[in-house]
Amino acid sequence: MNFVPSTERQKKEMMDSIGIKSIDDLFVDIPEKIRLKDDLKLPEALPEQELLGELEKISSKNADSNSHSYFIGAGSYHHYIPAAVPFLIKRSEFYTAYTPYQPEISQGMLQVIYEYQSLICILTGMDVANASVYDGASAMGEAMIMSCNITKRKKILVSKTIDPQYRETLSTYCWAHGAELNEISFVDGGVTSLEELKKEISEETAAVMVQYPNFFGCVEDLDEIGNLAHEKGALFVVAVAEPIALGILESPGKFGADIVLGEGQSFGNPMSYGGPGVGFMAVKEKYVRQIPGRLVGATEDSEGKRGYIMTMQAREQHIRREKASSNICSNEALAALANTVYLSLLGKNGLSKLAELNLQRANYLYDKLIELDEIEKVFSGKIFNEFVVKVKDVNALQKKLLDEKIVAGYDLGKDYPELKDCLLFCVTEMNSPEQIEKLIEVLK
Amino acid sequence: MKLSFEKSVAGREGTEIPATGVKEKKTDDLLDAKFLRKELELPELSELDVVRHFIALSRRNFGVDNGFYPLGSCTMKYNPKINEVTSSLSGFANSHPLQTEKLSQGSLQVIYELQEFLKEITGFPSYSLQPAAGAHGELTGIMIAKKYFEDLGEERKNILLPDSSHGTNPASVNMCNFNSVEIKSNERGGLGVEDLKQHVDKDTAVLMLTNPNTLGIFDENILEICKIVHDAGGLVYCDGANANAILGKSKIADMGFDITHLNLHKSFSTPHGGGGPGSGPVGVVEKLKDFLPKPVVGKKSENYFLDYNIPKSIGRMKAFYGNFSVMVRAYTYIRALGPEGMREVAENAVLNANYLKERLKKTYHLQYDRICQHEFVLSDKNLPNEVTTIDVAKRLLDLGFHAPTIYFPLIVKGAIMIEPTETEGKETLDEFAEAMEQIAKEAKEKPECVKEAPLCTPVGRLDAVKAAREPNLRWVSKE
Repeated sequence: MNFVPSTERQKKEMMDSIGIKSIDDLFVDIPEKIRLKDDLKLPEALPEQELLGELEKISSKNADSNSHSYFIGAGSYHHYIPAAVPFLIKRSEFYTAYTPYQPEISQGMLQVIYEYQSLICILTGMDVANASVYDGASAMGEAMIMSCNITKRKKILVSKTIDPQYRETLSTYCWAHGAELNEISFVDGGVTSLEELKKEISEETAAVMVQYPNFFGCVEDLDEIGNLAHEKGALFVVAVAEPIALGILESPGKFGADIVLGEGQSFGNPMSYGGPGVGFMAVKEKYVRQIPGRLVGATEDSEGKRGYIMTMQAREQHIRREKASSNICSNEALAALANTVYLSLLGKNGLSKLAELNLQRANYLYDKLIELDEIEKVFSGKIFNEFVVKVKDVNALQKKLLDEKIVAGYDLGKDYPELKDCLLFCVTEMNSPEQIEKLIEVLK
Repeated sequence: MKLSFEKSVAGREGTEIPATGVKEKKTDDLLDAKFLRKELELPELSELDVVRHFIALSRRNFGVDNGFYPLGSCTMKYNPKINEVTSSLSGFANSHPLQTEKLSQGSLQVIYELQEFLKEITGFPSYSLQPAAGAHGELTGIMIAKKYFEDLGEERKNILLPDSSHGTNPASVNMCNFNSVEIKSNERGGLGVEDLKQHVDKDTAVLMLTNPNTLGIFDENILEICKIVHDAGGLVYCDGANANAILGKSKIADMGFDITHLNLHKSFSTPHGGGGPGSGPVGVVEKLKDFLPKPVVGKKSENYFLDYNIPKSIGRMKAFYGNFSVMVRAYTYIRALGPEGMREVAENAVLNANYLKERLKKTYHLQYDRICQHEFVLSDKNLPNEVTTIDVAKRLLDLGFHAPTIYFPLIVKGAIMIEPTETEGKETLDEFAEAMEQIAKEAKEKPECVKEAPLCTPVGRLDAVKAAREPNLRWVSKE
């Protein structure tokens, strides 16, 4: 099936009208020696029915949340997606549209983005949010460039309690941009070492970056860190990888964050083996002209009717070309739409209750696990829905759980040699009390 | 139309959250009071409120499923519905990226085989599917070039770009601390070979070229162009945004390019989603494969695995492995098409574009009058009564069409860039041509109806100056 509607007769009519004899007459600009003589070596075309069968077969080779229970997060979170979310985001008018270049026939998506920006501002406690970027990790790279441009400095301090994949991404962006990146380690509380931060920070630091709650699930003291950053004239950048936490945790804006970025996957998007996610990015009012990505603003038509439009494009690459601070020219609109529908459905009470549910269930399991003989508590800090425990033998324990169809714990030893035999567990509303009890039972 | 916030009714709820079902502790014991949120001003709506709100918004939006969307260089082809079904299969949608490779063989197979398909389609021996969009792929490609020259110990600072290039090109250059150097197009719309020779030297790192270019022209000098850059030790980068025109007709690697990115959301039918998520795979020649972002997916005997063993890799470009569900869609599409279907895509995309071009050039000015590939660029040069490109675009909205890309590329003044794609039938092209002809006639006979357009849309032309000067970027509670 090639999805081409033209019939042979219509093609002939079109060729006659152009004045060509053969389709190949349209490809004469391709030098003869690089024109393909034979068809590509691809699998033969499949009719839809067989294609679906084939893809079902492939997908069934994966474990999924039907076959297994997940006690793992570490950057991708298993949350319930209300039925209305996929129903609404699959509206053709949304998902088959492109960037709203023609605002008069794109008011739907433009208003969605305006509402999305508003929701992100409320959750993060910031003044301005963009229309979204690729994901949380790349948003960190964008925040680095933005910080360097604002402060005219090129040194970044990043806490080791930030998701390793975010730090790896940041490191790539820093190298390419010519910025220096240094890491700050953590203390027994499972949070950033303030002592080390004090030692490392200087008048050359462009930004201090931390995660909230951090990769270990612990809640960082944003107040202290923000003050230290600001004393030296550095920007305070806060990453949020699990934004459900913002239903119960005070917003980073309240603690003086200059840039808040993060991953919105938890708000109505499936895990989908890691992508797509959707990066959010919000800043203080005074940095609005430095924020990368699309911004949607409210304005009026000639009759005074309210409407929405992509605005302040003088920041962007298609106008500023090499002077633009970022090359990003799209957003993750459909995933941002899922965020918007999700947050509208949950609303004020729903998100708080959901965050409380995550907090309670995670802490319950945390307490129960560290009561067990061969499992130890690692950090003293308070946690949201993830926590770290030390076990005797990571592989043996994970295998034991897998035999019971439980995917549990992220092996921290892979990224942190100092945390050998430590596992990062996650508990969300998808982990029913029965699942939780079963996990405890298996490990007893 | 009201915002969701303006429809909010205090105390209303749209979902019911389950009870915790475990022995609870006091919230204050679990989190320090200092970190507890005091207010959360989200809207309070019922499920039906929310459904009606977003259905109403969807009706104020226009997608490919609504009608013809000839947005040049964006390849707004039909998005087959089977792609949505396969990408939503539970095994794909509900699997965690950090579960073991053994539990992820299905996903890894899709990524691996898609890499293989793209290798065959473009001729490059290695691919990374990690980049999340075309511009992200482009950034990745430039980083690969940067790493390559670092590895060679060469300090090359310049990246050459044609004056017809997309704005992302110079912006990517800047993000990687290179300088951009503009190369002029020639009178036929291709790259000016003489101008290129003037600018290529030992400082040249990369020439970035879109082929077919943004004028819809396949650069007939491509082999010579690549040779000039290679002879000076530079690399040639292909912005593969327009690959739809050459699928199964010619391979990008055969043209002499060293790096390419593709847009799965353009050439491979995955939905544009109102601006994303897309996917921007990057392919490279053999000598650059050690610099690809990690991980890539490999295969050992019958098992697929994540290969992190790429010592010279530029590193990671985003979390996890790329926009996986977009890959499932593209994979599904390629399997639906097969080898013949792939070639027919290019042939019919090019046939449709040339058919429309030949008809419309009788009414509108066509700066580069020659065979085009997937798209062509008209202009407002011949329109009377000061009717301009923006007026034509807005009038098209009244007539039920999405507008073409306008005022781009910059080398055609008042550009109207039209890409019909292969999934439109002749009668749709005829209807669009009639609309364009009608507008030209109106421009002559009753220009006000063109200049005041659109009149049939939910809002009229919006005040962009006010939007930029008095930024209103979020809803703020009146309380």
